[in-house]
Amino acid sequence: MRNHTPWWKWLIIAVVIVPGAFYALPNLFGDDPGVQLRGARGARLGTAELGQVQKVLESSEVKYKSAVLDDRGIRVRFATTDAQLQARDLLELRLASGTTVALTLLPAAPDWLSQVGALPMYLGLDLRGGVHFLLEVDMQSAVRRAEDRYVADLRSTLREAKIRYQKIGRDGSGGITVVLRDPAVLADAVDEIRQTLPGLVIADAKGSADGALRVRLSDNEVEELSQFALEQNITALRNRVDQLGVAEPVIQRQGDRRIVVQLPGVQDTARAKRILGRTATLEMMMVDEEHSLDAALSGKVAPGSKIFRFRDGRPILLKKRVIYSGENIVDAAASIDTQSGGAIVSITLDAIGARINQKITGKNIGKRMAVLYIESKSTIKTDVNGMSVKDADGRTIRVKQRIEEVITAPVIRDQLGKRFQIEGLDSVDEARDLSLMLRAGSLAAPVEIIEERTVGPSLGQANIDQGFQSVIIGFALVLVFMAIYYRVFGLFANVALALNLVMIVAVLSLLQATLTLPGVAGIVLTVGMAVDANVLIFERIREELRNGNTPQASIHTGYERALSTIVDANLTTLIAAIVLFNFGTGPIKGFAVTLSIGILTSMFTAIVLTRALVNFFFGGRRLKDLAI
Amino acid sequence: MRFFEKVTDFDFLGRRRSALIVSLVLLAISAGSLGIRGLNFGIDFTGGTLVEVSYAEAVDPVKVRSVLAEAGIDSAIVQYFGTSKDILIRLPVVAGQASAERSTAVVQALRGPIGEVLAESPEGGLQQCRSTDGVLVGDCTVQMRRVEFVGPQVGGELTEKGGLAMLYALIGILIYVAIRFEWRFAIGAVVALVHDVLITLGVFSVLALEFSLPVLAAVLAVIGYSLNDTIVVFDRVRDNFRKMRKGSVVAIMNNSVNQTLPRTVLTSVTTLLVVLTLLLAGGEIIKGFASALLVGVIIGTYSSIFVASPAVLMLGISREDMLPVPKEGVEGDPLP
Repeated sequence: MRNHTPWWKWLIIAVVIVPGAFYALPNLFGDDPGVQLRGARGARLGTAELGQVQKVLESSEVKYKSAVLDDRGIRVRFATTDAQLQARDLLELRLASGTTVALTLLPAAPDWLSQVGALPMYLGLDLRGGVHFLLEVDMQSAVRRAEDRYVADLRSTLREAKIRYQKIGRDGSGGITVVLRDPAVLADAVDEIRQTLPGLVIADAKGSADGALRVRLSDNEVEELSQFALEQNITALRNRVDQLGVAEPVIQRQGDRRIVVQLPGVQDTARAKRILGRTATLEMMMVDEEHSLDAALSGKVAPGSKIFRFRDGRPILLKKRVIYSGENIVDAAASIDTQSGGAIVSITLDAIGARINQKITGKNIGKRMAVLYIESKSTIKTDVNGMSVKDADGRTIRVKQRIEEVITAPVIRDQLGKRFQIEGLDSVDEARDLSLMLRAGSLAAPVEIIEERTVGPSLGQANIDQGFQSVIIGFALVLVFMAIYYRVFGLFANVALALNLVMIVAVLSLLQATLTLPGVAGIVLTVGMAVDANVLIFERIREELRNGNTPQASIHTGYERALSTIVDANLTTLIAAIVLFNFGTGPIKGFAVTLSIGILTSMFTAIVLTRALVNFFFGGRRLKDLAI
Repeated sequence: MRFFEKVTDFDFLGRRRSALIVSLVLLAISAGSLGIRGLNFGIDFTGGTLVEVSYAEAVDPVKVRSVLAEAGIDSAIVQYFGTSKDILIRLPVVAGQASAERSTAVVQALRGPIGEVLAESPEGGLQQCRSTDGVLVGDCTVQMRRVEFVGPQVGGELTEKGGLAMLYALIGILIYVAIRFEWRFAIGAVVALVHDVLITLGVFSVLALEFSLPVLAAVLAVIGYSLNDTIVVFDRVRDNFRKMRKGSVVAIMNNSVNQTLPRTVLTSVTTLLVVLTLLLAGGEIIKGFASALLVGVIIGTYSSIFVASPAVLMLGISREDMLPVPKEGVEGDPLP
């Protein structure tokens, strides 16, 4: 029989559409304001903590909808944002220090949906609000640090081999120069270096004219170093971000020297930047009380001492010898001093630090010890046009900046040991940032923010509203137009178009691909273009009718003839979409994804689904004419 | 309903000389403007900082500018964005200050006179502020809507990658069409695409509209759209070459364009419906994207009728080129 859809085609349609509708379902429920809790340093939270959370909330009569524990921590849902904010403050105060308490939006879909993996679409930062940073790791600085280490290694290696050297040091052109006392032992030195330090390459084994050896890091070593610096930085950044209280942060490497950091919901970008970009450490030094500060200020600085400044600019004379530094710190926590009411940071030292601290403070009771804060920043050097300045090898040149500030210089009242406190901070926020920096570990190489995209929450919401509105209006216009233009067949096309929209949403939800604003634009565009396949078919059917064919024959040939055109036209568009995807950064990728999905789903709905509908209503009947 | 009651019989190909002149003039204007004025590249390409803020009440950009200048941020371009409450601030990349700190400085400078500091607020709500003595005052008077900072090293890469993407797309299409059709069709399609892209870019250049990353995406989407249109026509030409034994090449091509005309017009109409929706209801950020699509869809429709087929014709297509290659093993079969 002509124009009959075999049962297995119906089965395919059902197999595609039923799960499609199911996976699109969670998007109808919206979000609840929620709070997400995670353990300190990735520690797992258990039922004990869950019970504690419930007790804290109930004792303060904060109403919550539900509190659940899973691999990602504890998640608590609320009916209102007021309850959410109140709960966050409460929990932050009452739970063990280090527990991250983050505000978030939790999908309100019922649990049985999320248990089978049916989640709502993952909204991009431009729709939900948040910060996107692209960080570039300063690899040159990592290499320089490694060269410094190798200089020390070279010295000890040669010393142990009893090869006497005159000078070993980093030279300006990116390498290490070794000058030997006796050029005769050059070959021995070369052998020794090759044997013990395989990471180095000797440029001229015979020695240059001045009898010096030029050594540099092997390409392999530089490669490994970069790899390590990048990984170490990602780990350190992850620690820092954890402290920021962000529910679902994304930290990923991009290429061989860049890191993407995405922080949904974060608005205080100033703080985020400060915490991500810093490489800070502390050094403890004694205050030089034997020499006069005034004399030093007038230029007569005693040897072994140096003038430093407090944050407010007051000068102070410190002994240059570092007692111990930030590396000896194992933990740091901010709190408020119950006696003075000022902000303090409590610090815990490791065994070495504790021993030194005990010895020095025991000997110096009544004297002053200073806490020096050191931060190194590096920025790209730019010319007058704002373009980055490159060196001869085409690498960007960076300018180093070292900030040294004395935070406090209190009198040692007692012998200190493993634990002590730093006072004299301006605010609780400052204390919190400092403790975080000390705790979260330092970066292997400085990073610089080379791209920032922040979307405030109100704009995010406006983008969702406007995007949604455009989809609805565009969709409605096309529906009306098609119904008028093609009558009954137009209605078939409209059913296909609606299901097409459902399928796009389903595929996006299933893949958990990020939906961005350009992605929404892609959906709108797909709505306009998706009818094209049906238009092609219907125009063919009209042509066949015009040529005097019977309605049934026209339907049959119309679909058949249009098929190859549809495939050709859509595949070429798909090529363009795939190129877009491969080239794309964030927003463009989102557009390419929805466009590609839309092309594929529209082919299915137009060719298979409308055919089945047409067959169902018109197939196998004696027809005089068609409502087309 | 029908746009055309019968199959139309317009002599599209006969007008190919006039069309050529129109296209050449448009291309010349576009190329000239692109060469002389260039494109008004957004910060995605040039690098720089862009901050969008929204005030609770209408505000004078001059005042915003002076507040910024007081905070030591000069060289800022301040303008309205959509409404008189929304302000867009652009900062060029400044020597020695290519850092992300500048956007922070802008927001802080604008909050300064009001005495507000950002407080944490729930996701998806309005930003909340504290007065400087720590009391929560609720919604901020100055809402930070959007910050975009692009470092100088990122912008250059993007221009290069964008150009390459366009090139790859064209090569991919060239190969596909050459395999499915014939090399003359492939060149015809690509000529039409280059024509569309150049004129769309030309319109952006002449009107000095901002060329941003989403606009680039739209231009690439135009390639997809225009190609779609062109392929449909070509498909019919191929079909007719095999079916119609009589008639000149020009007549067959004319026939094909006329036969596909209802669908060309109809698809353009539905696409333009949604593009106009995006332009009018999609919000300020999507405006550039929608404008590029609007121009592109119109030009793309024109080119699939007046540029692609004439180009194939001028390359000297003949009926023999399109006859199916006799399959091996059936060579002995006499052709009817």
